[in-house]
Amino acid sequence: MMEAMNHITWREKIKGYKKDPFSALLLTLVVLSAIITVGVLISLIVYIIIKGVPNITPELFEWKYNTENVSMMPAIINTIIITALSLIFAVPIGIFSAIYLAEYAKKGNRLIPVVRLTTETLAGIPSIVFGLFGYLLFNIHFGWGYSMLGGALTLSIMILPLIMRTTEEALLSVSDAYREGSFGLGAGKLRTVFRIVLPSAVPGILSGVILAIGRIVGETAALLYPAGTATVVPSSVMQSGRTLAVHMYALLNEGFYIDQAYATAVVLLVLVIGINALSAFIAKKVGVKE
Amino acid sequence: MSKISISDLELHYSNFNALKNVNLEIPEKEITAYIGPSGCGKSTLLKSLNRMNDLIEGCKITGTVLLDGEDIYRGMDINLLRKRVGMVFQKPNPFPMTIYDNVAFGPRTHGVRSKVKLDEMVEKALRDAAIWDEVKDRLKKNALGMSGGQQQRLCIARALAVQPEVLLMDEPTSALDPISTSRIEDLALELKKEYTIVMVTHNMQQAARISDNTAFFLLGEVVEFDKTEELFSMPKDKRTEDYITGRFG
Amino acid sequence: MKEKAMQWVFLAAACISILAVALICFFLFANGVPAIQKIGIFQFLVGTKWKPSNELFGIFPMIVGSIYVTAGAIIIGVPMGILCATFLSHFCPGKLYKMIKPAIELLAGIPSIVYGFFGLVVLVPLMQNLFGGSGKGILTASVLLGVMILPTVIGVSEAAIRAVPDSYYEGALALGISHERSVFFTVLPAAKQGVFAGVILGIGRAIGETMAVIMVAGNQAILPTGLFSGVRTLTANIVMEMGYATDLHREALLGTAVVLFVFILIINLSFSFLKRRDI
Repeated sequence: MMEAMNHITWREKIKGYKKDPFSALLLTLVVLSAIITVGVLISLIVYIIIKGVPNITPELFEWKYNTENVSMMPAIINTIIITALSLIFAVPIGIFSAIYLAEYAKKGNRLIPVVRLTTETLAGIPSIVFGLFGYLLFNIHFGWGYSMLGGALTLSIMILPLIMRTTEEALLSVSDAYREGSFGLGAGKLRTVFRIVLPSAVPGILSGVILAIGRIVGETAALLYPAGTATVVPSSVMQSGRTLAVHMYALLNEGFYIDQAYATAVVLLVLVIGINALSAFIAKKVGVKE
Repeated sequence: MSKISISDLELHYSNFNALKNVNLEIPEKEITAYIGPSGCGKSTLLKSLNRMNDLIEGCKITGTVLLDGEDIYRGMDINLLRKRVGMVFQKPNPFPMTIYDNVAFGPRTHGVRSKVKLDEMVEKALRDAAIWDEVKDRLKKNALGMSGGQQQRLCIARALAVQPEVLLMDEPTSALDPISTSRIEDLALELKKEYTIVMVTHNMQQAARISDNTAFFLLGEVVEFDKTEELFSMPKDKRTEDYITGRFG
Repeated sequence: MKEKAMQWVFLAAACISILAVALICFFLFANGVPAIQKIGIFQFLVGTKWKPSNELFGIFPMIVGSIYVTAGAIIIGVPMGILCATFLSHFCPGKLYKMIKPAIELLAGIPSIVYGFFGLVVLVPLMQNLFGGSGKGILTASVLLGVMILPTVIGVSEAAIRAVPDSYYEGALALGISHERSVFFTVLPAAKQGVFAGVILGIGRAIGETMAVIMVAGNQAILPTGLFSGVRTLTANIVMEMGYATDLHREALLGTAVVLFVFILIINLSFSFLKRRDI
């Protein structure tokens, strides 16, 4: 077969742009902005890793924090605890609400627009406002004081819209043929949802949950007031404890732990990159299945 | 004298051979119709004449297409080609702007700045597209508010405003009611005085009514190409006969 | 029986987001509004002096600060974001897209404290070298926030641009108009409502951002005088002083949060409204 002729050579393109400099300008602008955007990301990651990795020392990972070692280990453990606690509350509620919206609510249901509006509102509320709300409700009104539980509950409200949205999208993308097949066999609605629809939606839901983990790990402002900044792994969830991101804020606030802050930033970045990659990987699997 | 001459044209979409060894001469200032069952390659060939197929990933074309003797795939500026070879789509696709701006869009982008000149060009294009009387009082209204038939004639006016030599029409009436369809057909007959028209149609009667030449396509091949009268009254190929007498397609 | 019971459970779960918004509104307003009344709404909103030790609680400098910094972020982030979304939707080859898209999603996932730190150790010294002074201020905060809202603006704009029917682009191309002009003059205008919704969402992000902005803004509670002057935003005001504030001072900070919250509600509602109209 002959060489295809319907592609435009670089020379022809350049000739075209010479005749039409305005188009060349537009092209330059879009390419430049994409380069800058990606460039900022790369320079941020590279800078922090280059400056941070040499500062990662074994002391930073000792089990107990003191002003000598400035260990981030308790903060890492607290991050895991708070993440788990937040997910325990937010995931079932998020999935159940999404099931209601996607499977049960009928068209014209008056509740749906209200739920959508409030979910969108929740998604737009800044973390600092969540933080103050958590503080007022849990620390003051319930009298818990600084507590990991209060922090986790605050975060679970914060990530609720994310989980609801991704779950609903995943449920809606499950083909109706599955539902009809299940109903056709005489299965009830509940059984259909739990045995047929939900399992097919798991990868989509999972990728949303992982994104939510990413938000929890990176969150500072929403945790500062409800959970406080204690440097230990508390013996109970009713006591204060700082997560990794809060730890980093505290280090910067105290001002003389800049090296340790670099090291913490590296750990945070690696975590967040890993979490994002995992979520994208799972989301891609969903795409392949479809 | 032929305006466009196509020789040895082959077109592949990744592994699918959509056009096989097409050789056609398109006479100047006449209407040439492409007919055939859907998927036979007639629209694909039309889009090769203004290189709209270049947008499709994995599309490979070989052969030659000459416009007034110039090879449109080798050395011709693609935007200039599309200016000379205008196109009207299957579904009317006016831009979401005023009627005036739709028609003025081409000339403006090609550098016409003078308000007087633009007004003139818009009026001429709308008159040529036989829609001026209907829209002259609402040039500043959004084009999306027009009826389907009006939108299609507006799209013809939009194409005419950049002063093309050839007009490609891709099933221009398939989305329209019978009255709008006959208007477009009358318009095409009027336009062939100045323009060379190539029209893809799924409607054999339409081809018989208005075209001067007809090409019948089947599975990516030109089965028969002749004067319309000849092709419809005494087809030389059995398959053409089967198709025009309604035995398949 | 079980069917019915579970249906109620699902319904109850769906109502939790409504309950959460109601609770947030209630607790914030109940705790913040009394202070605003005590101080005097006029005094509070347009008072230019914030001196808690003298019982002076005017948050006007912070309101102005938030608006300036947000406006700066919009000026920097929105054109970049829209251009980048245009690149992704109409200029980016498929293979490159598979690399750039996750990168932009990652940009959204980087914690604000890390952005703030990067601003502090890279951007602030850079501004110091370029323009002198402390390096902290409106411009620095605007640049950092502009980068932080990029993923939001890009994501929403790209979706809006992709939702524009191809027929507009093809129609323009068929008139012999270049690829670039076709995209910019037919596709982008048709997507403007969706793009605008993205901009509003970006405004919400910028005005609510806290941890990054306090690292680079300087945080002086005075009316800013220029691009390089230090500035304190509403969010920074809360975080700076909440740790030690008591009595009326503490309540005034909650009042600050009420003002911020009202801003956010207005922005959110206009976003929801725009989005609905789009569909």
